[in-house]
Amino acid sequence: MTDNVSIVIVSHSPEVAKGAADMVRQMVGEEVRVAFCGGNGDGGLGTDVAAILEALQSVYTPKGVAVLVDLGGAETNSEMAIEMLPEGQAENVKICNAPIVEGAVMAATEAAGGAALSVVCATAEEFQS
Amino acid sequence: MTAAQTRLSLQRFIEAAQATITAHAEELTALDQAIGDGDHGHNMVRGFDAMREAAAEIGAQPFGKALQKAGMTLVMKVGGASGPLYGSLLMAMGKAGDEAPEDISTLAGIFAAGVEAVKARGKSEAGEKTMLDVLVPVQAALVAGGDATAVRAAADEGLASTEAMLATKGRASFLGERSIGHLDPGARSSALLVHAVCDVLEEE
Repeated sequence: MTDNVSIVIVSHSPEVAKGAADMVRQMVGEEVRVAFCGGNGDGGLGTDVAAILEALQSVYTPKGVAVLVDLGGAETNSEMAIEMLPEGQAENVKICNAPIVEGAVMAATEAAGGAALSVVCATAEEFQS
Repeated sequence: MTAAQTRLSLQRFIEAAQATITAHAEELTALDQAIGDGDHGHNMVRGFDAMREAAAEIGAQPFGKALQKAGMTLVMKVGGASGPLYGSLLMAMGKAGDEAPEDISTLAGIFAAGVEAVKARGKSEAGEKTMLDVLVPVQAALVAGGDATAVRAAADEGLASTEAMLATKGRASFLGERSIGHLDPGARSSALLVHAVCDVLEEE
């Protein structure tokens, strides 16, 4: 078990979410815990609050969780899921305002060095292609 | 209103809401295909079908708790941004009123709490081509003490006003100027739900 910030990837597409997570794992191996989810409850494109909540809890650590999202509904549903976490956990979970793939890889690389959540998010958000 | 009447009403509201969403699902999807991702009809049907299935369980709770449960059902089932938005509306209304409102000013206060929650959740205000362009005029009509006819008219005018608006929120904002000339699908679903609730209230 690492004590690094974890990464959660939330896309409308299960394939995009898994692909982004694969790219993160290629960079940081097992040093950073990564969870991902995508698709609505029927398996179509969309996001699902219950699935996001499960992903958040599967990698939650008090050190922090950086969340990368794609489009609007993914962000709104992620905000909702974060508020539904057990008391005291939400403050350790932040949505990064960054592109989902590049942001996830940058955040994970920073997290692998043991950086704090605020630094992990800042690194993802500073990314310029 | 007695507890038994409230229970009956909540079930009727849920049935009416689910019926209108089902009847207009294709229209909502078509509106969303024009300026969004085309899933609003399907998402709303999924959410309101789930609410309909839970109607007896929801109706067995006191008014405030019932609205919170109904809102949480939408949050968990809709699958798009409209889930947390409609869910936040109902959950905030439930927190603002433990018991069913007995006069229009109390209802206006409860509804206002819901509208504020939608603004916070969507980081949005009226005038941005969203459901708030229906909800905010409806709130104003309630504050003014309007009857069901006035409330429906406020919803319809609010909906119509979205056609000329430039979207700055949600996926429609990607279209920029091309979002102008289309009704907002979220405003349309809000107007449908306002009509359904008003219709039930008039029948009571």
